[in-house]
Amino acid sequence: MNLTLKIWRQKNATSKGKFVTYKVNDISPNSSFLEMMDILNESIVLKGEDPVAFDHDCREGICGACSMYINGRPHGPDKAITTCQLHMRRFKDGETIVIEPWRARPFPVLKDLIVDRTSFDKIIQAGGYISINTGGIPDANAIPIPKTDADLSMDAASCIGCGACVAACKNASAMLFVSAKVSQFALLPQGKIEAAERVHNMVAEMDRLGFGNCTNTGACEAECPKEISISNIARMNREFLCSKIGAPKVKEESGGF
Amino acid sequence: MTELNSKIPKGQLAEKWNNYKAHTNLVNPANKRRLEVIVVGTGLAGASAAASLAELGFKVKNYCYQDSPRRAHSIAAQGGINAAKNYQNDGDSVYRLFYDTIKGGDYRSREANVYRLAEVSNAIIDQCVAQGVPFAREYGGLLDNRSFGGAQVSRTFYARGQTGQQLLLGAYSALSRQVKKGNVELFTRHEMLDVVLVEGRARGIIVRDMISGAIERHAAHAVVLATGGYGNVFFLSTNAMGSNATAVWKAYKRGAFFGNPSFTQIHPTCIPVHGDFQSKLTLMSESLRNDGRIWVPKNKEDAEKIRHGKLQPTQLAEEDRDYYLERRYPAFGNLVPRDVASRAAKERCDAGYGVGETGLAVYLDFSDSISRLGKNVIEARYGNLFQMYEKIVDENPYKTPMMIYPAVHYTMGGLWVDYELMTTVPGLFAIGEANFSDHGANRLGASALMQGLADGYFVLPYTIQNYLSDQIRVPNFSPDLPEFLRTEAEAKARLQKLMDVKGNQTVDSFHKRLGHFMWEYVGMGRNAEGLKKAITEIAKLREEFWKDVKIPGELNEINPELEKAGRVADFLELGELMARDALDRKESCGGHFREEYQTPEGEALRDDQNLMFVSAWEFTGENKEPIMNKEPLDYEFVEVKQRNYK
Ligand SMILES: Cc1cc2nc3c(=O)[nH]c(=O)nc-3n(C[C@H](O)[C@H](O)[C@H](O)COP(=O)(O)OP(=O)(O)OC[C@H]3O[C@@H](n4cnc5c(N)ncnc54)[C@H](O)[C@@H]3O)c2cc1C
Ligand code: SF4
Ligand code: FES
Repeated sequence: MNLTLKIWRQKNATSKGKFVTYKVNDISPNSSFLEMMDILNESIVLKGEDPVAFDHDCREGICGACSMYINGRPHGPDKAITTCQLHMRRFKDGETIVIEPWRARPFPVLKDLIVDRTSFDKIIQAGGYISINTGGIPDANAIPIPKTDADLSMDAASCIGCGACVAACKNASAMLFVSAKVSQFALLPQGKIEAAERVHNMVAEMDRLGFGNCTNTGACEAECPKEISISNIARMNREFLCSKIGAPKVKEESGGF
Repeated sequence: MTELNSKIPKGQLAEKWNNYKAHTNLVNPANKRRLEVIVVGTGLAGASAAASLAELGFKVKNYCYQDSPRRAHSIAAQGGINAAKNYQNDGDSVYRLFYDTIKGGDYRSREANVYRLAEVSNAIIDQCVAQGVPFAREYGGLLDNRSFGGAQVSRTFYARGQTGQQLLLGAYSALSRQVKKGNVELFTRHEMLDVVLVEGRARGIIVRDMISGAIERHAAHAVVLATGGYGNVFFLSTNAMGSNATAVWKAYKRGAFFGNPSFTQIHPTCIPVHGDFQSKLTLMSESLRNDGRIWVPKNKEDAEKIRHGKLQPTQLAEEDRDYYLERRYPAFGNLVPRDVASRAAKERCDAGYGVGETGLAVYLDFSDSISRLGKNVIEARYGNLFQMYEKIVDENPYKTPMMIYPAVHYTMGGLWVDYELMTTVPGLFAIGEANFSDHGANRLGASALMQGLADGYFVLPYTIQNYLSDQIRVPNFSPDLPEFLRTEAEAKARLQKLMDVKGNQTVDSFHKRLGHFMWEYVGMGRNAEGLKKAITEIAKLREEFWKDVKIPGELNEINPELEKAGRVADFLELGELMARDALDRKESCGGHFREEYQTPEGEALRDDQNLMFVSAWEFTGENKEPIMNKEPLDYEFVEVKQRNYK
């Protein structure tokens, strides 16, 4: 296949970026999208120029590193996959493909297609855990958990933290990501104990970091590579409401041990 | 030769770890706050260690090359994690898990370490459940298990096909909690370039900030490497693209011995290679062997027709299929250990029975299970794997059998460590896949996750205190000491040297050529002639690399080509050591198969008389021959036998 690529190039966080057009020829339809990018980069390097920088690691749809906005859609045209799982057989010979980074204020571009997603880590640090230490834990089977709850919790826990939901949302809302974590724990007895504080702290952190509001357009769910359900957002809203009504003691976690 | 002290505690096997814990030195709470520990790596081993040490009160600095700790390679593990819970009432016990692991490792691992691993396995499951890891459950609400290769009991806990992800997210959440508390300082997109020794002890590291390109010096009282395995020496492997050997290799060059470098695991069930442009290989979890049957055509003519697309596998009658694992190993059948399954696939393909366009593939067929259990059950068990397969190969595995072929997956070798997980450099520890311990010459499925979390949650937090307890009077180190400045200057000079080559060939082109030598000569079947050839060819390639590699861009910016070049430069040295170790070990054991040493039936032939030892390689200087030290393995409790899966 022969293709034309219009790729966003930006030297670093402070410089202005622009689209640059490249041609790639003789691409096998069986190669993956990122292998096509490798072939492009190999040719750019041989010309002595700077190759296109992009995030990637596992190349099997699980680490959440890859993050390209392809022809106007996060992770490209296919449903329920990441950029690294996209294959060239999905495109037509002669097609022009536009490739951009995630565009959202809380995800500043660092170079070309690489963005900074540390704000997601900060949200988890604000409360995305069950507060237990290592050791001294009762037997794993001491608390039976209904299979349906465990399965729903697992559905929510499948989030890979890629940020496509934020990139897809016109408000750059992180609600799908946050609600997935909140739901995973809220559905399990172990997680219920701190549920109110958790949702309160995570939402506060999300707001502080400049993510936008959710206006229920559902774009996040449609583009999520792991098909995280928007019903998690409804669950989180309920949890959040309860957290207000119940007026939990939101204690500041202090340093030290 | 240096005398290696593995520090194995005295006493009966089942009492060693308890004895150790009862008598080891601890650090009191007030002193813990004054002690700093560097943990490099945020995979299962690194994240669990960093979180647990911080909970105890130590000040921890934690590093990874990805943008978030949650993306460490452990995230990709699919199948499951072992533990000796015996929830299935099928006869499992700590001893049985220990025994299976020793036997699976072909009697090349330490009894005491493996027993401890089996012993703490149950606490790992308790810990993870309490963290909110959503393991698979039965309708009654209790935890479900599946079986894995090399075992006759069901002891593998799993979270769909995403066990590694869920375990890592559990450890990541514990880590995040400690970051919030201020007990862990996180350095993402930071690559460790070297370890700094002060008066013979590990006291810090040199890292590169991968965004600004700045080289930084970081000091601590002890350094823990949890940087994963080095399977990417082979270019194509199931490891993440960035998985690398830099940290362990630099540690080796600073005096840490390298244990069993040639012990590599080739996983039997991966999607076959399909073209030159391919960048990595995808694993199809071993759990598939629970319900899939492996076969090739019985007749060469049929195999030939299938390769040319003139015959479909589904058209081949039952009696024309050779279920070669069931035929050769009736007791374990499709669930023989990985090394055995991989070699058997290679044997069939080399003999001309392989399928797929290249002839380098065998079938993994689910039609029996689908008709017995229904498509729904198979979908619930392996849905995401089937989808992954279809995305890559463009074939529906519910209808046509999957094609699979062995691929490089895991490295049993790694930094030599004693019972306390300390390397031969005082104050330098290695945990997880980065060390050599526990798996001998072959790792059983679902045991790497177990080992990573055992090391990080339950072993290192004890053993490191024995070292740190006599460091409490040592003040915090200044990263401005001459040793730091010198090591930093060396790291900078090396990067500059790479940039200055300004040659004509890309980093990847060198990496692919190295991978080719490794796969051909240091892969599934090894022989003296090939290994000697590998040693000379790799040395030549290394020379060519330093004369002709081309790296664009600058030092002080995000530069993925520079990152890759540094890693490939290290692989070009490590590859040679792997070949040397393989050449030296004149026997076949586990994943190390020397063609000269096999039984008439083609099974691995060990030499227990002479070769029951760990090879621990010692660096002696650039372009000098390394020294091989031996740690003899004493089997005090287990009777050493020829492995038999028939
Ligand atoms: C596809 C696949 C499936 C698997 N499935 C299973 C399974 O089902 N069951 C099982 O038991 N095992 C499985 N394994 C093996 C298992 O996943 C690994 O052995 C294990 O996760 C390794 O964990 P680790 O913590 O030692 O290292 P890793 O998870 O590899 O983490 C390494 C860490 O070190 C960091 N790092 C590396 N180099 C540097 C450097 N120079 N500077 C800074 N940081 C660095 C990385 O950023 C990362 O954080 C699988 C492996 C693969 C490839
Ligand atoms: S919710 Fe979906 S799109 Fe958002 S980060 Fe998670 S996996 Fe990515
Ligand atoms: S590279 Fe890991 S999800 Fe795409």
